[in-house]
Amino acid sequence: MTAMQPPILEIRGLSKSFGGTRVLNAINLEVPRGSIVSLLGRSGSGKTTLLQLIAGLHEPDSGRLLIAGADMTGVPPFARPVNMMFQSYALFPHLSVADNIVYGLKARGASRVERELLLAWALELVRLEGLGARRPDQLSGGQRQRVALARCMVMKPAVLLLDEPMAALDRSLRADVQKELTGIQRRVGTTFVLVTHDQDEAMAISDYVAVMDQGAIVQFGTPREVYEYPCTTFVASFLGTINLFAGELVTRAGHIQLVTEDGLEIIANRATSGADRTLVTVGVRPEKMSISRESARNANSFAGTIEQLSYCGNLSHATIRLSQSRVIEATVVNSDHTGATTFKLGDAVHVAFPVEAAVVLSA
Amino acid sequence: MKKRSLTLVERMTIAIPFTWLATFLALPLVSVAALSIHVVADSIPPVAPLFSVSQGHLALHASMRSFQMVFEDPLYFAAFRNALANAALTATGCLLIGFPIAFAIARSPAGRRNLYVLLAILPFWTSFLLRAYAWMGLIRDSGPINALLLTLGIISKPVAILYSPTAVLLVMIYSYLPFFVLPMYAVLEKLPADLLAAASDLGARPAYVFRTVTLPLSMPGIVSGAILVFVPAVGEYVIPELVGNNSTMLIGGILWDEFFQNRDWPLAAAIAVVTFGLLMLPALLLRRRFGQLATVAG
Repeated sequence: MTAMQPPILEIRGLSKSFGGTRVLNAINLEVPRGSIVSLLGRSGSGKTTLLQLIAGLHEPDSGRLLIAGADMTGVPPFARPVNMMFQSYALFPHLSVADNIVYGLKARGASRVERELLLAWALELVRLEGLGARRPDQLSGGQRQRVALARCMVMKPAVLLLDEPMAALDRSLRADVQKELTGIQRRVGTTFVLVTHDQDEAMAISDYVAVMDQGAIVQFGTPREVYEYPCTTFVASFLGTINLFAGELVTRAGHIQLVTEDGLEIIANRATSGADRTLVTVGVRPEKMSISRESARNANSFAGTIEQLSYCGNLSHATIRLSQSRVIEATVVNSDHTGATTFKLGDAVHVAFPVEAAVVLSA
Repeated sequence: MKKRSLTLVERMTIAIPFTWLATFLALPLVSVAALSIHVVADSIPPVAPLFSVSQGHLALHASMRSFQMVFEDPLYFAAFRNALANAALTATGCLLIGFPIAFAIARSPAGRRNLYVLLAILPFWTSFLLRAYAWMGLIRDSGPINALLLTLGIISKPVAILYSPTAVLLVMIYSYLPFFVLPMYAVLEKLPADLLAAASDLGARPAYVFRTVTLPLSMPGIVSGAILVFVPAVGEYVIPELVGNNSTMLIGGILWDEFFQNRDWPLAAAIAVVTFGLLMLPALLLRRRFGQLATVAG
């Protein structure tokens, strides 16, 4: 495999409006072959519309969409080399599991031998051997999802589109189904593009995450990149919790220093972008914080009192008040059984974080 | 949980529909069935009592004569055949016209559907007789339809539509159309749009989607609509009387004649019993076949 392999899906300046409302605004996206890419955003961010444009269920107003190098403009959904797993799974209630799975093959006019070979392969792939004669209403939610997946996989799509694949499942099932889905993807090597509003799900199963907001992709990167180096305050706060410090930037020899309105001096990671402006926001994740009774030798260490403390088993969350207008959220891992219980409400503590944990955000 | 007996209120609640059905469905059916085995008499009512007591003995006056006549006289056979054929054509016509209407309403924007349904059934808020007479005016020799065809030069002399089997069929299809459109719409409206999108996404062209997804999932609506049209259409009396001719005898007209003209109540009752049996059997079979599917699609 060469590093310069062309993307399986390439989107250039794609825009779409519904009834005068701009739903997608000049989207650019490149999906590497064989990867899992999540379109992550709140409802109304345009993520589902983007998926439907890729499937061909709507036509874009402007821009281009290339799948495996071929321009998809004007190509109807039934002629596109992509398949979609619907949020509702959209299984045909009047057909058996087997007939659901081979539906697309029959529509294409595949031979009986080909259909049976692919059916057996797909049933084995999603571990539904022996259930081919069942009707969809005789299956559990997880089994239905696997039928929907198998029905797409027999078509050998260039890209499989998944619309909120976990939304219809019980929360308790999701972790297992996520593992199974990624297992199947690794085995078959099909490119997955999935839509989700659940940042934990996006991070757990994706190679790349495209964070969407108001019809635009605001950041594209690996889960680690978008979590650790969010480029905007929106991305930072959408993917988990973050402490934000807005202030004036002072560049000193060797490091970047920020002075907030309430007088905190924070030394930030100079490797991050956006350090050429004077007014910036710096974000620090709660789990990068450490709490101690003594002042740390850390560059960024502040004195405060514990205002709230909640014990959550593996973690403890603390809210530490530094001043009238400033609180800091800190999360500590309960690595020994005493947890964070050595601290009590109202304790005077020092909260500290390393320079690398302070990330400069662009907006 | 312990199984408890029904409370008084629950018993009374069940008693209401039970009494209704017993009074207005079971009782008339039983009395018509009983009437069919009565013996004709020159009296008022024109039947002899089923039981009489003479010289201390209870006598039963019952006869299968009426059923024998229904099954042996070719006139009744022909009338049944004509009525069934006419009802089948009416149901087919309603399917061909009603399905596209229901489909179009179901695929229109959600906010307008109720309006379109209302428009589809609005004509049926006026008197049926008025509408039948309106049709008679439309299709008579000097009516606007013939006038238009003459003006356009398509025909050289008026076509006699009124008082023909065609007129009967035309007015019957028109009259029974809502009974088909409403159940059809109810099923099509619930057909998930996702299923059609999924079929298209799996490579099926529109015609294939229609044949393999839309049509099979529409069957419960087609069946209930067809039954709702077919069953009353078999016994239809008024429309053939108004716009048909006398040469094509339908069973509804025969029944009327036997009852009112010939005052042969047992024979009229026997015709009703045979018609009932003729209609119940296929309806029950269809229900068995499609009843299950209806719950899936619904």
